[in-house]
Amino acid sequence: MCELHMIPLKTINFNHMNTNKISGSQAVILSLLEEGVDTIFGYPGGAIMPVYDALYDHNKNIKHILTRHEQGAVHAADGYARVTGKPGVCFATSGPGATNLITGIANAMLDSIPMVCIVGQVASPLLGSDAFQESDMVGISMPVTKWNYQVTSPEEIPETIAQAFYIARSGRPGPVLIDLTKDAQFGMLDFNYKKCKKIRSYVPEFPVDPFKVKEAAELIDEAKKPMLLFGQGVIISKAESELKRFIEKTGIPAAWTLLGLSALPTDHPLNVGMLGMHGNYGPNLLTNEADLIIAVGMRFDDRVTGNVKEYAIKAKIIHLEIDPAEINKIIKADVAVLGDAKKSLKMLIDNVKENSHPEWVERFNECTKTEYDKIINKDLFPKKPGLTMGEVVRIASEKTDHEAILVTDVGQHQMIASRYFKFKHPRSFVTSGGLGTMGFGLPASMGAQIGAPGRKVVTFIGDGGFQMTIQELGTIAQNKLPVKIIVLNNHFLGMVRQWQQLFFEKRYSFTELQNPDFITIAKGFGIEGSSVDQRDQLEDSVQKMMDHDGPYVLEVTIEKEDNVFPMVPAGASVSDIMLEP
Amino acid sequence: MIPLKIINYNHMKREYIITVYSENHIGLLTRITIIFTRRKINIESLTVSESAIPGVFKFTIVVYTSAELIEKVASQIEKQIDVLKAFYHTNEEMIYQEIALYKVPTEALYENNTIETVVRNSGARILEITREYTIIEKTGHKEETQALFEELNKAKVLQFIRSGRVALTRDPIERLSEFLKERDAMLDSID
Repeated sequence: MCELHMIPLKTINFNHMNTNKISGSQAVILSLLEEGVDTIFGYPGGAIMPVYDALYDHNKNIKHILTRHEQGAVHAADGYARVTGKPGVCFATSGPGATNLITGIANAMLDSIPMVCIVGQVASPLLGSDAFQESDMVGISMPVTKWNYQVTSPEEIPETIAQAFYIARSGRPGPVLIDLTKDAQFGMLDFNYKKCKKIRSYVPEFPVDPFKVKEAAELIDEAKKPMLLFGQGVIISKAESELKRFIEKTGIPAAWTLLGLSALPTDHPLNVGMLGMHGNYGPNLLTNEADLIIAVGMRFDDRVTGNVKEYAIKAKIIHLEIDPAEINKIIKADVAVLGDAKKSLKMLIDNVKENSHPEWVERFNECTKTEYDKIINKDLFPKKPGLTMGEVVRIASEKTDHEAILVTDVGQHQMIASRYFKFKHPRSFVTSGGLGTMGFGLPASMGAQIGAPGRKVVTFIGDGGFQMTIQELGTIAQNKLPVKIIVLNNHFLGMVRQWQQLFFEKRYSFTELQNPDFITIAKGFGIEGSSVDQRDQLEDSVQKMMDHDGPYVLEVTIEKEDNVFPMVPAGASVSDIMLEP
Repeated sequence: MIPLKIINYNHMKREYIITVYSENHIGLLTRITIIFTRRKINIESLTVSESAIPGVFKFTIVVYTSAELIEKVASQIEKQIDVLKAFYHTNEEMIYQEIALYKVPTEALYENNTIETVVRNSGARILEITREYTIIEKTGHKEETQALFEELNKAKVLQFIRSGRVALTRDPIERLSEFLKERDAMLDSID
């Protein structure tokens, strides 16, 4: 357990006892420093004011980013965590401040993002009395946190924060919430920090079972049509090079889930593309031809599997997974290798034979060719007059030499960007996967830029999602964050409209938007911007944005009824993937 | 008759007993019940008390669900940070009891000897007798305590209460202390 070093009673000099004590709110800041926190995203208010007061003395050691809404803070902390691998830290006050974090916490929970949220709470004698700005945050956040805890006395602060960071970042990461009453912030304590190393009721990861690895290796060596699916687990466990070595040794084609994107360079010959609803043709179609599926750090989300009854119908399944609750949750594993992906892959590499599957890999290449002719070429190099989302993504990727961090919001542009943006480095893709949170992109891009100050951050957002958190342009301007924001404007909630077109007889129920002048708004916030709607000006506009020193909003008016294909319709099998409507 | 081979036993519902060992932390009960709520599984009964090891608490939860879901629910419970271990068993795999209390009018005892016979035959016992009422206690499975209720209610039951279930496995010893030692060693072995 994470006990504090207890100070033996006799060593306390009672005459000076008060002078050695610090306040609970000072203890919060010192504890964060002990955990190596350099950035906090937050918004002050009554019940967290003592902590903000303590922060005032430490503004040289810890950066605080004042967002324009708590949702902005929590998504920014999420973006920061995704590019750095370190827990994102968030402050908010009690009541509405804390409840405004909930969407972002739920987002982090579904995407396994390490995050520590510290929220103020009314003084402990007022708990349960419907006091001003009281909300039951432990209760409200319980279903969407990995762990949460209410602190009512100052002595609990260091140990609770130590546990919070340990839980947030170990094993399968996730968000934790600490609810801190105002009297605990004001109270005094003897501060002594000890990092948490274990909790007896919590197994962050199981040791990898060598017998399971042997079993898996046998299946891999025998397979004729093996396919590897990788997810964010590879990135979380920093197993990118092991993944590469494994597929190169075995010659197995590898496909990625949305959150696995950037773990393997785009141009790797065994990278066969994206899985799932708007993924690539080959990996979806051939899932039902494969005789072996090796799933690494992914959880068979329904957007990946389509109809589970008709998923991987000919394949045995090997599942490398850190979370025991994911084993057999959706797809039954023939061999489940529990444990950290990096350690499991290392052991697998040593146990498998060198191999190659040229004919099988060629099947993927043929599918890529089909998809290129039917879809990709038209998306990236359109001949028709209206601009496509695909060509904007292609140009943005080229203009950054495929070195940028890509951030997206949620919807059509998200799928197009993940399909066509290219990557050379891991931890270069920030998106809301599991929860599909519109409004995520703009604030997440702030966190990504702060977490990776030396890298170019390119953010794609639709005209719908942009207006959900547009106020964060103020935070971007105030902190001079040089994010490049590309608003793909089709005056529609495009993904919903696409579904209405395909599955609801073009009954476009409440999906058309009358938008404001985005560039005037950007300029109002002090951010440069321009609009483009002509193909012959597109490259120059993107180049101008990339060259601009500082944040920039580029609005691109795109074809109103541009669709995302291929598509696995809801409830259909992955092999019924449609290349056209 | 449905041919046997096409019945998927994993989807057939039955009663299961989930036993959860946990730290004694505020809010954990809610964390556990949320897992059932999410999947719209009703909790038939719930008992919580300290186990043989001080500080370790034991939840006994009875639910009516399928083999497939019980396995997933148990692993999602075990995933909670403050939960040490979660097991699930069918009724046949455990020895279990529930306790029921019945309040009947005392005069009903005097009117004829039916109640006395019922109490004797059912192995129930009398806890308190006043001029107005008599309290009877019966321990057993739900069907047994329910059967006694039906019998007594012929005369009239003024009040009735049945507890949640307590259950033990048929293992010779409680393996929790061994388990805690093994767990400790395993946690130390991971860097």
